[in-house]
Amino acid sequence: MKKYGFLKKSYLALIIGFFYLPIIYVVVFSFNASRSLTSFTGFSLQWYEKMFASRPMMESIYYTVIIAVIATAVSTVAGTIVAIGLSKSHRIIRQVVTQVNNLPMLNPDIVTAIGLMLFFSTLNIPTGFGTLLLAHIIFCIPYVILSIMPKLRQLDDNLAEAAMDLGCTPLQALWKVIIPQIREGIVSGALVAFTMSFDDFVISYFTTGPGINNISTYVYATTKRINPSVNALSTIIVIAITTILIFANVLPMLRERRKRNEKTA
Amino acid sequence: MKSFRRLVYPYLIWAGVLIVLPMLIIVFYAFSTEGNDVIPVKITLENFVRFFSDTIFIEVLGRSLKLAVITTIVCILLGYPAAYFISQLNPDSQSVMVLIVTLPQLINMLVRTYAWRGILLNIDIAPELKVYIGMVYNFLPYMILQIYTSLSKMDPSLVPAAHDLGCDDRMAFLKVTLPLSVPGIISGITLVFLPAVSSFFIPKLLGGGSYVLVGNLIENYFVTTGDWNFGSAISLIMTIVILISMYFTKKFDYDQEAA
Repeated sequence: MKKYGFLKKSYLALIIGFFYLPIIYVVVFSFNASRSLTSFTGFSLQWYEKMFASRPMMESIYYTVIIAVIATAVSTVAGTIVAIGLSKSHRIIRQVVTQVNNLPMLNPDIVTAIGLMLFFSTLNIPTGFGTLLLAHIIFCIPYVILSIMPKLRQLDDNLAEAAMDLGCTPLQALWKVIIPQIREGIVSGALVAFTMSFDDFVISYFTTGPGINNISTYVYATTKRINPSVNALSTIIVIAITTILIFANVLPMLRERRKRNEKTA
Repeated sequence: MKSFRRLVYPYLIWAGVLIVLPMLIIVFYAFSTEGNDVIPVKITLENFVRFFSDTIFIEVLGRSLKLAVITTIVCILLGYPAAYFISQLNPDSQSVMVLIVTLPQLINMLVRTYAWRGILLNIDIAPELKVYIGMVYNFLPYMILQIYTSLSKMDPSLVPAAHDLGCDDRMAFLKVTLPLSVPGIISGITLVFLPAVSSFFIPKLLGGGSYVLVGNLIENYFVTTGDWNFGSAISLIMTIVILISMYFTKKFDYDQEAA
């Protein structure tokens, strides 16, 4: 039995190794003294210097972050409003909206992307920052609605009615009764929207215009030749995401454990 | 409360114009070609005839399906044991493991694929194999997490019950655990197979341009040659192929549940 446990742990270790191998690889080679991606010739920070000095690279980080922030904010507010409306709507409307929302979620990204590209071109809208941002908002809203709907289904309809009987306006009932109870759904919807936008490549690639790149489209455009500064950029993304994830997951876990310990003490 | 219904109306217009209309435009482009000065567009089946009469295009479609199917199968074979072992750990280690599996997924797909390019430069293998490694790498976490979710929802007393009724470990797994995790496998297939069919940057970055898939074809016709009509027809064909495959997967799921 013990031997079996060892086999299981080794298998999981192998899988984890497979997942982290490329990440460790870029981090190590971001400090390489030479251009090579195959042999490590010595420690250097030159690729970081080059990255900070490269205007298109810094711009791609800026556009990725600013678009993710705006798209998350807009799609979270809009998605929440639509989800609340849907929960009170006729079943047929609810089904129609769910089916339509399924289109961008189930269609391959490339189909959604060329659809938007053709749409912008048919209306003669020049592609650029605006179309990129609009595209991100379009594909984020369905995910926000999807995360909030289950919470709304659990909600007791009578609570909002009761609030209004006690003198709340519908808007106050919404703000003081409904929103606090679906907060968890709103937060997870916002997180999904942010990661979707931050990571997106395919839709951005087809809906952005000349000179406007996010990190994904920038990396794609530069891979034709070897550019070790991309390793430096990747390392910074890895560090940022790991830090955020640790703060978001490990801290609540520790807090819970402390609570548990206090209870037993 | 009924007044809240009105909150949906603006979104109906938004979704109609920005989600449904673009899909209709693709269909329109697919069934038309650029005409002459007198008639700017011509409604025709020409694009579809062109696709199906050229063996190269059929070959590319077949290659994409093969890649997606093999990627999905490898992900199930590698992911199932991983998910199963994770579900047997103690609860705290389980959440840590889920976090460990999720973390690389949150790092930009392009960045991760770019990282593989560096590693695979060191190894002398066929470009096709490099593409397969990149695909499995990118999609395996989805499969593990889906299967893990369905395994962790399982009632933990079922397997001991099967033992009490005379099953050995192998029988208990085959008769109890495996059937109950089928929904997880099915949703894993949806999350892996669908994007795998249409993927185009993994083959391009790792296959070095020699390995053309249907996603690369679409990209070429939209970005390089600018033949949007033919590009739209290819994406329509691809979408229909995906819909048919998904129909059979779902049907298999229902049949399993019924049996």
